[in-house]
Amino acid sequence: MPMLQLEDINVYYGAIHALKGITLSVEEGQIVSLIGANGAGKTTTLRTISGLLRSKTGGITFFDKPLQKKSAEYIVCSGISHCPEGRRIFANMTVSENLEMGAFTRKDKKEVAATLKTVYEHFPRLKERMFQMAGTLSGGEQQMLAMGRALMSKPKLLLLDEPSMGLAPLLVKEIFTIIKEIHEIGTTVLLVEQNARMALSISDYAYVLETGKISLQGEARALSESEDVKKAYLGG
Amino acid sequence: MMIKRLRKQDAIFLLISFVVFAVFQFLISERILSSFWRLNIAVICLNIILASSLNLINGITGQFSLGHAGFMAVGAYVSAVCTMFFHLPFICSILAGAAAAGVLGFCIGVPTLHLQGDYLAIATLGMGEIIRITILNIPQIGGASGMSGIPTETTFTWLFFCMIVTLFVLKNIINSNQGRACLSVRENDIAASAMGINTTEFKVFAFTVASIFAGLAGGLFSHYFGIAHPSSFTFMRSFDIMTMVVLGGLGSLSGSIIGAVILTFIAAVMQSYPEYRMIVYALLLIILMLYRPNGICGDKELVNVILGRFKKGGKNDGTVAENK
Repeated sequence: MPMLQLEDINVYYGAIHALKGITLSVEEGQIVSLIGANGAGKTTTLRTISGLLRSKTGGITFFDKPLQKKSAEYIVCSGISHCPEGRRIFANMTVSENLEMGAFTRKDKKEVAATLKTVYEHFPRLKERMFQMAGTLSGGEQQMLAMGRALMSKPKLLLLDEPSMGLAPLLVKEIFTIIKEIHEIGTTVLLVEQNARMALSISDYAYVLETGKISLQGEARALSESEDVKKAYLGG
Repeated sequence: MMIKRLRKQDAIFLLISFVVFAVFQFLISERILSSFWRLNIAVICLNIILASSLNLINGITGQFSLGHAGFMAVGAYVSAVCTMFFHLPFICSILAGAAAAGVLGFCIGVPTLHLQGDYLAIATLGMGEIIRITILNIPQIGGASGMSGIPTETTFTWLFFCMIVTLFVLKNIINSNQGRACLSVRENDIAASAMGINTTEFKVFAFTVASIFAGLAGGLFSHYFGIAHPSSFTFMRSFDIMTMVVLGGLGSLSGSIIGAVILTFIAAVMQSYPEYRMIVYALLLIILMLYRPNGICGDKELVNVILGRFKKGGKNDGTVAENK
């Protein structure tokens, strides 16, 4: 039984039909990536899972519990954490305050402090800048902060939206190393990426989205060798 | 050590306010201040309550509300009705006024706070006017000629005490978990909801709390002047309060205090030339936008800035070392 199951998801932005019957599943302990061109519906899929958008039909189940029509709050509490596209950190708060906000739904202060410690272990750079205003961090550090903040709710499933966006190649490598680390300590990751090569290199399974539909799916390794994917997303 | 720092700040704050209170109480009771300045000190206290509570909505939660005068009107009229028709004691009617404004704030907040930015400003502006026009058309409470003969029970002591309570409550809210949640809504509401913060809930919370204090100020207002008149609660008053908040700095309580003091003082000095008052306001705002676009205090608290300077030797970021 997969950890997260999306069944026939249809999402509209007004009259625009953004997701056309998406069905996908994420197995526990894997890294699953969603790749595709601009406007394919990758971000929309993540936002629907985390409750920021609603699907008109179908259902989402997480560990067999339905998430459809539940509030974003409930979804965070049940163990899904969303690291939104474009980082969206709280610029006028310090780094540590940003991280504390990530644990907003958790009541046990002691456990939160323990999580904070592990987050600082993953991101030593953030610890150095604990009291700095988040808006003054560099792009890469802001991405780390956004990921750290998402980890503060101690998620079973982490939704990562375009973690490599706007970052230098060296930093992209570092971010992906950290994603692997996060995965190794037992967090399942659903990754949305435009950088298909990078995404496929660390994933177990992948879905290719094309204008709101899943056009291809399969083991990440198999996909990265498929001619169609090579042509469309890996540059020949 | 965060807690310790806050407690120390509270002590300093209470000490300073006690000294200020003693000085003014002495000046007032010895009649050194003319009645004109006595009046203006009372207005300053009222404006501080109004500005700091509006700051919770506009500065901390980042929602643009322009209907504060409406809630003030509700507080003024409800408390006046309580003392005049039901002969409740002063404190009960003031609390009733505040509670009524709070309930109304909640009821209005739930539908309107789904709106954002300009739309919210328009909705709250309209709501303030609706409240005023409604009052204008109820003959039992005086209609257009207003209510007069309200017992003038508000003294300087009451005003000052209520002001301190307001500031204290707001300060504690801002430093609490709820306050953080409100701040995160201002900073980025998508990220806030992705963190599992129910953004509408915290917007409504801030709106309700601010309405309660606006109602409190209204009650004090009507019992200070002995009259409640619809023309005291036009949108120009909401705009005045807004100006104080922006001048002082969105998100800074000490900024709101400074803004309220400066603007009330200017209004008092310009009393004889009311037509020039708005020119001075406008100039002040233009100068502010050019040289300090974030307001006099920015979003920092004065105490933090001073303490920060003191501890870190001139590092003006307002973040005092939080040893954990």
